Amino acid sequence: MIGASGPAARIGEPALRIDGPAKVSGAARYPADEPFAHAAYAVLVTSAIARGRILSIDLAQARGLEGVLDILTHENVGGEAKPPPPPGGHGEATTTLESDRIWHDGQIIAVVVAESLEAAEEAARRVRVAYASEAPSAGFDSPGAQIQLVKEAEPSHEDVRVGDPEGAFQTAPVKVEARYSTPIQHHNPMELFATTCAWEDARLTVLEPTQYVHGLRAALAMQLGLDPAKIRVVSKFVGGAFGSKGAPSSRTAWIAIAARRLRRPVKLVARRDQGFTIATHRAETRHHVKLAASRDGRLLAVVHEGQEVTSRPTPYNVSGNKTTAMLYGSPNIATKVEIVRADRNTPGFMRAPPETPYMFALESAMDELALALAIDPVQLRKLNDAAIEPVKRRPYTSRNLVACLERAAETFGWARRDPAPGSMRDGDWLIGWGCAAAAYPANIGAATARLRLSADGAARIELAAIDIGTGSYTILAQVAADRLGLPIDKIQVDIGDSDLPAAGLAAGSNHAAAISNVVARACETARMRIAAAATAPGTPFSGTDPAKLALRDGTLVGPDGRREPLGEALSRVSGGVLEIFQENNPAGAPSDGVRKVEHGQMAMARGSDLEDRAAYGFGAQFVEVRVHRRTAEIRVPRAVGAFAAGAILNPLTARSQLMGGMIWGISAALFEATEIDRRTARYVNTNLADYLTPVNADVGAVEVILVPETDRLCNPLGVKGVGELGIVGMNAAVANAVAHATGRRIRDLPIRIEQLL
Amino acid sequence: MKLDVMRPATIIDIGPLAGAHGAIEVLPGRLRLGALARMADAEAHPAIRRDFPVIAQSLRLAASQQLRNMATLGGNVLQRTRCPYFRDVGWEACNKRRPGSGCAALQGVNRRHAVLGVSDACIAAYPGDFAQALAALDASVELAGPGGSRRMPFEALHRPPGSTPHLETTLQPGELITGFDIATEPWMRRSLYLKVRDRASYDFALASAAVALDLSAGRVREARIALGGVAARPWRARRAEAALAGRLLDEAAAVEAARAAFEGAVTHGDNAFKAELGRRTLVEALLTAAQLEA
Repeated sequence: MIGASGPAARIGEPALRIDGPAKVSGAARYPADEPFAHAAYAVLVTSAIARGRILSIDLAQARGLEGVLDILTHENVGGEAKPPPPPGGHGEATTTLESDRIWHDGQIIAVVVAESLEAAEEAARRVRVAYASEAPSAGFDSPGAQIQLVKEAEPSHEDVRVGDPEGAFQTAPVKVEARYSTPIQHHNPMELFATTCAWEDARLTVLEPTQYVHGLRAALAMQLGLDPAKIRVVSKFVGGAFGSKGAPSSRTAWIAIAARRLRRPVKLVARRDQGFTIATHRAETRHHVKLAASRDGRLLAVVHEGQEVTSRPTPYNVSGNKTTAMLYGSPNIATKVEIVRADRNTPGFMRAPPETPYMFALESAMDELALALAIDPVQLRKLNDAAIEPVKRRPYTSRNLVACLERAAETFGWARRDPAPGSMRDGDWLIGWGCAAAAYPANIGAATARLRLSADGAARIELAAIDIGTGSYTILAQVAADRLGLPIDKIQVDIGDSDLPAAGLAAGSNHAAAISNVVARACETARMRIAAAATAPGTPFSGTDPAKLALRDGTLVGPDGRREPLGEALSRVSGGVLEIFQENNPAGAPSDGVRKVEHGQMAMARGSDLEDRAAYGFGAQFVEVRVHRRTAEIRVPRAVGAFAAGAILNPLTARSQLMGGMIWGISAALFEATEIDRRTARYVNTNLADYLTPVNADVGAVEVILVPETDRLCNPLGVKGVGELGIVGMNAAVANAVAHATGRRIRDLPIRIEQLL
Repeated sequence: MKLDVMRPATIIDIGPLAGAHGAIEVLPGRLRLGALARMADAEAHPAIRRDFPVIAQSLRLAASQQLRNMATLGGNVLQRTRCPYFRDVGWEACNKRRPGSGCAALQGVNRRHAVLGVSDACIAAYPGDFAQALAALDASVELAGPGGSRRMPFEALHRPPGSTPHLETTLQPGELITGFDIATEPWMRRSLYLKVRDRASYDFALASAAVALDLSAGRVREARIALGGVAARPWRARRAEAALAGRLLDEAAAVEAARAAFEGAVTHGDNAFKAELGRRTLVEALLTAAQLEA
């Protein structure tokens, strides 16, 4: 439980992180930090081939090592668990110890448990595996890879078709047709994939960094055949997730089984290289984009076809052309998505999963169209701003893309740009300025929360929310302080535990909206209870409309300014503590949303899928690159992003989120790629020295502008979420800047020196 | 060792030898660097920065400050390749790790691999920076072993991969590097290390050039060039040096020298760009060095 100290902070004010002191002092315990008496240590053994079967596993040498307690393989525990639900929820999951089948490189095939980590590591090295290996398909263009339309694999999938895109493209006076690609990328959160399991009287406690404690609990219950009530998942702090800790992974059930077999707690911290194959990643994608326009720059057709690699049994896909189809007003639109099934681990959510790859393609193509039209790229985007969402003709709850473009352009100094590619220089460095638009749906999930308000003016908020480093602790305290009229240091926040009221998945930029709205409602329920009691006959506010009473400064305040101390007002409804259990099922979520989150399922109102309106956050990103004229080294001295994302609960945490997204976008565009050996379908650079991310010197000034926006239609607090929006346009903004600097259009990420020589 | 590539039965801590072999000595006409001197100390040494910029820069552009604070010069020159097929024991084929097993990199992911001095048995790149400065400056390496002490040209320390890539150096069993010795020339002040890499810091070279120039009225009396990131071992580019001898160092001369440096380069797919990048890196290094005050 975390409590704040420091000055009061209302909604929208820059409160410092209430969990900051615990984190910087080391007091915050991440799941793997939690000490357990008598714990045993697990190490994973993973497959060295990508496709085939295990013929035999020789454990003799490993078992002979002192301190080795148990070794789990498909032969001795295979029947004890089912695989977790596959990422995306469709098709079958890849298996691990359930059978002898190898689906991908680095698949978990054994779990070694020993008295010490060192003994477990040494024993894992001594496990000898004999395989019946089959030739694997690595991905695109590999023999044996199966191409399938997403709508065939996933019945609920909808491709977009508006008007006559082919006809419009054929007859349009100006057109761009190009193919783009993005690479395999891995989240690599600083915190490794860790799991500790402990049983006590047939009740299982799991300590694991996760973005959804109830989701993990439900999956484990299904996998192990247990009553969910017999499982508790605790995740108080998460050291980065970015989607990689969203879906349940296969490791957890085996650690639970190991702990049950040994009757003692078992702790696993998987190695960095194993994180590349035991969790998810961003799949490589390919795009075919066709844009057609009138000579004055009005879009006549948008066609965006995507291809995504996935595992053999799971048709995971992100289908980001759902967003690219609605970004600009065009009378003719078509999309199509295919998956390519290969012998690979299943991809999964990774920061703005659909938009990061797909918006690279669309926003690069828009830049190419601007060049073809000789129209300024900002102007082209403004010309094609959609008054209403163009696919299903729904009104936007709010859309401030143009304001974002204008604010960011002004701050960046875009007016000083010479549009001719290769025209701007500083000595040996070619300078390029590029921009792109960003959009991400405003999502909000169902959530529940408990509020405990005591007579001494202290409050406690309890819900199974998750803080993946984003600031959930802090914004929850702010909302409660604001709505209860209390100082923030009177608010205690307890989250990250499946024994608390369910609060959904921290992903899809929905969590801030979900948890702030439910807590605001809980506070309002408390206020109404107190106000109703205080307006009854014979009470101080007798005869006053309860709706006009407010909680402020530790008092109940009437419309005439009269005040009553909170403790006195509270005493009419409770002898000590007023406890509220609040449910919030947002408009547009499944009608049984609350029941769904309690059962660890998805229950979200998605801004893209609402019947009567479309809710999106928007942004615009501007980037300067410098490319050395001789060595082609690429540097990014500055970037400016402007974002309109509804109400900002806390500008400090929101700015950090958006800035982090922009920095990651620079990284995605220029550095990050997981290399695969195409003959063996094995990843090659599974470490942080060879999987490059930017160092401080690679990221110059990053400026984030929060464009004010009031949107009462997306949800009562007007929160759209900022977790993903910051990364969305960056790939294209960087590529467009490189094109401007060098005259070379790089359509395959990451952009590297060799493409510019 | 952490990767299981080496599983030594015995490890000997030579840290206690730092007292005898950890000094940085600026002597008349010589620079002597003890093998156990720290990279950070050598890089920060005022005389090295002044008289041998190529050494200081090659050290400063390597690794991170934390690593440089700990790492020794002797250890640095023996850093082993970053070839992923060598570093991950899950790969069967690696002639360097398992002699005779083949080379998975030839047709594999080889963007960072060498194009100079490679063989059919191994295309692993030598990853270091400091070694290029030593090679360019004609340094000697001092050795001590059971048979006594000896010295040899630094260039003779690393073997070409040939058909025996597992034999990386000419060190004899039981032999240690005790130091490096460089005969000082005043013109070594006109030297630099240019390192081109994907990110701005904390990354191995895609291509690098250590350059020292003895110029007289713009003409090259002597040029010293060593190349990193592109070769199987620390790589002295003598043909490039010869191409510059006696010439005015202009762009045409630099381009010609760079072409000579990469004659005979052998590429394997992903690393095809490295010959061109290596040439450009050398041209940039030569033209920048020519502008320096000696």
